Amino acid sequence: MYAFNYVRAGSVAEAVQAVPGGNFLAGGMTLLPSLKLRLARPDQLVDLAGIPGIAGIEEVGGRIVIGAMTRHSDVASSAVVRAKIPALADLAGGIGDPLVRNRGTIGGAIANNDPSADYPAAVVGFDATIITDRREIPAAAFFTGLFSTALQPGELVLRVSFPIVHRAAYVKFPSPASRYAMVGVMVVQAGRDVRVVVTGAGPCVFRLPAFEQALVANFVPAALEGLTVSADGLNQDLHGTAEYRAHLVSVMAARAVAQAQGR
Amino acid sequence: MSVSVALEVNGRAVSLELDPRTLLVELLRRELRLTGTHVGCDTSQCGACVVHVDGRAVKSCTMLAVQAAGAKVTTIEGLAQGEQLHPVQAAFRNCHGLQCGYCTPGMIMTTVDLLRRNPNPTEHEIREGLEGNICRCTGYQNIVRAVAEAAVTLREAPAASASA
Repeated sequence: MYAFNYVRAGSVAEAVQAVPGGNFLAGGMTLLPSLKLRLARPDQLVDLAGIPGIAGIEEVGGRIVIGAMTRHSDVASSAVVRAKIPALADLAGGIGDPLVRNRGTIGGAIANNDPSADYPAAVVGFDATIITDRREIPAAAFFTGLFSTALQPGELVLRVSFPIVHRAAYVKFPSPASRYAMVGVMVVQAGRDVRVVVTGAGPCVFRLPAFEQALVANFVPAALEGLTVSADGLNQDLHGTAEYRAHLVSVMAARAVAQAQGR
Repeated sequence: MSVSVALEVNGRAVSLELDPRTLLVELLRRELRLTGTHVGCDTSQCGACVVHVDGRAVKSCTMLAVQAAGAKVTTIEGLAQGEQLHPVQAAFRNCHGLQCGYCTPGMIMTTVDLLRRNPNPTEHEIREGLEGNICRCTGYQNIVRAVAEAAVTLREAPAASASA
């Protein structure tokens, strides 16, 4: 690691004021490995762990609001998330491994927007709202590309607000080594709307309109038969080719529909 | 730059001046000479470095020492009560849940946390619970057996783990 100054922020204002030239430090599950590899050279790390009021889960006006510093293990084991949005609890409980889930946070995961991260699929799938220190950002506008988001420099995610949707499921094919999603598919049926959202397969999370239309007509796995995904632009690495990932998308989507049907 | 870090390790108050880059595992091994916590991969894959921070099992190679300021840290050295092994340690010995032993401290620390959250895990849940701990010797069979045996012991005598 290159040398950096460490700042433990006591408030959101303090964190935002201290961050220029540096990085926010949430759970550190991506940032610390990147620093070890000298992929980044921030002047300072602004630790968010001491800021009151940005961790925890609340049910507010028909929505589940999750503080940015809430650990994956707390979302996975939360009674209210389990009861109201079980697919979200499942997704959180499948991130990394139990030790990573004890440190990693929802705010850190979405701000980083790793192409293989699980949470972006849920944020887009449930059409969540991201609340920052300065505005609210709809999920559809948040994830803009590979490791890119709509966040401005120094903008801090405070909370993510999810509508309560019971009928949904997330199924992923994890990399056997890292447990990152080689392909993960979130299927959400909210009223007459269906969203099918893919993570891990491309540079950034994306929806599958053709799959969604088929499922609006008939919410059964068989509705997806014959629908395929083009391999153009999908990720290709030592874990799998673009064609392999394209194939996995259809398989994971059908499994997610089957699981969501049971809810 | 150096920062002051005060924390509690295995019940003992510790206060140090550190470079902020110091990892928690470096504080434990280098500064405190608690070398029971191992470094395997140093890339948060293998779990040899697992310790508890405020009761949660974490990979100490992927946490800065300053992030543990004010926390209570428990390492493998903090589990036994004098000569009396913690039930999870005893089960790993009884079931021979190891070969070379390098991964064992991390396996045991993860298991203690796992059984606290889920005192009666199925074999599948045990294997999932150990997903973040890699063993290159055993093929995991005896490790899984050890966790199952420890679960029985702890359910029968839960006070045995109260200190951890």
